[in-house]
Amino acid sequence: MNTVNAVVQGVLLGGLYALVAAGLSLVFGVMRIVNLAHGVLAVLAAYGSLLLGEHLGWNPFLSLLVVVPAMAALGYALQRALLDRALRGGELAPLLVTFGLAIVIQNLLLETFSADTQRLDVGAFGGASIELTDGLAIGWFPLLAAAAGVLVIAGLGQFLARTRTGRAMRATSDDQEAAQLMGIDNRRLYAVATAIALGTVAIAGVFLGSRSTFDPSAGATTLIFAFEAVVIGGLGSLWGTLLGGVVLGVAQGLGAAIDPAYGVLAGHLVFLAVLAVRPRGLLPSAVTA
Amino acid sequence: MSELTNEHSRSANATDERQRGGHVSSAPLLHVDDVDAGYGDVPALRGLTVTVAEGETLAVIGANGAGKSTLLKTIAGVLRPTRGEVRFDGRVVTALSAHQRVGSGISLCPEGRRLFPSLTVEENLQVGAYARRPGPWDLPAVYELFPLVAERRARPAANLSGGEQQAVAIGRSLMANPRLLLLDEVSLGLAPVIVRQLYAALPRITEQGTTVLVVEQDVHQAISVADRVQCLLEGRTVLEGAADRIDPAELAAAYFGVRR
Repeated sequence: MNTVNAVVQGVLLGGLYALVAAGLSLVFGVMRIVNLAHGVLAVLAAYGSLLLGEHLGWNPFLSLLVVVPAMAALGYALQRALLDRALRGGELAPLLVTFGLAIVIQNLLLETFSADTQRLDVGAFGGASIELTDGLAIGWFPLLAAAAGVLVIAGLGQFLARTRTGRAMRATSDDQEAAQLMGIDNRRLYAVATAIALGTVAIAGVFLGSRSTFDPSAGATTLIFAFEAVVIGGLGSLWGTLLGGVVLGVAQGLGAAIDPAYGVLAGHLVFLAVLAVRPRGLLPSAVTA
Repeated sequence: MSELTNEHSRSANATDERQRGGHVSSAPLLHVDDVDAGYGDVPALRGLTVTVAEGETLAVIGANGAGKSTLLKTIAGVLRPTRGEVRFDGRVVTALSAHQRVGSGISLCPEGRRLFPSLTVEENLQVGAYARRPGPWDLPAVYELFPLVAERRARPAANLSGGEQQAVAIGRSLMANPRLLLLDEVSLGLAPVIVRQLYAALPRITEQGTTVLVVEQDVHQAISVADRVQCLLEGRTVLEGAADRIDPAELAAAYFGVRR
């Protein structure tokens, strides 16, 4: 029963990881950028939600109405003003720029909010659960977080498959110059992709901040888990990212069932094992990067 | 592959088209004026001038390295000239980027076809229409032009044969409803029978009033479809003239750079 419980909780946690990683996966798929500021941007969104809660008394879920568009706008501006230039500087430049950006944002948060741990308050909902059998209960909040992860991944998948902009993103990912010959302004498209990615990471940040405590340095762990989910699933594949998140979540759940200290370690070990056995991930995208 | 194209006789001639377009006495549709362009220190085009009238089909021929593809890239905006300018429909477009030029009616079907391999055939065509220029070409029109492409519409573009890919690439460029269609080495790596089938579609494209600039190593194919021929050697024009009056011996000498 303990194992079943660990797997179930792990799957739900995996949905949340997939939610965090979705934007990372999208940006990598479209631009081949690994955004090292992704984790701290999730934390930034959580602080945004915290502010709205403190000053206006808004529930974290309500705050999404403001935080998501604000983060999307930030993403658009960031891409146009900063990351576009970085992209022109070769393969290493985006890594360095996003790493620097992560440090800047983290320290701005530290300056503004101090290093105290914070938590978003979702009220009684946070602790409510459905008892399935004796010893196996599913919390409403983890369930909602996992559902949000699946919805975001599915939504992004539909967006890429069915819309004009989504098709253009896939085309640009295949062959940027040929895409320009079709009339596609790749820089505007990149800005839209980053805007969407930061919109999804805002949702993820609010869920993360409601699930457990956070502080300005929480971005690093968030980034590592998201990155592991993306790599386990296969770079640039959205459904792979969902699978990667679940694999990571279950590994952490099972590890923690043995000993609470082994949870994170078990996740890392599975990540390394996948890298060793299937370096392109479990569901690599059809076209090689 | 025998039904790659709908064979169709050339019903309207270029002169009619030019009159219908109302551009009989106006400036040429495309004017590449005294252009230097190239990669690094080596100029591939040296003071090259190319003019194409609306409704005309111009074939630019030349050996490998003559500057043909560089010319098309300069017109499409992928490459910026270091000297000279490109005028399209009377407007200087030298500073416009490639995606902006598609919006103004220039569409390049690139060398090597460059389909989007992870997209299906139909998605490739849809991406071709990204600029949303109005005109005669849409999915049904392209499928009618290339029935075989219609049969393959749900397949990933990467899974097609070379000839099929080239048909998709031409269709994808048409989806932008260009006023000027640039075709780069349609024949590259394809069997002669396939090349003939692909070029058989050209009259139906020019019928719509589309101006075409083809670049070819296959000289006979190029001359058979063009109104006018311009031969390049090392980035300069060495011979030009009406396609039906050009002297084969003179052309061969120009092509290979042999002095006569």
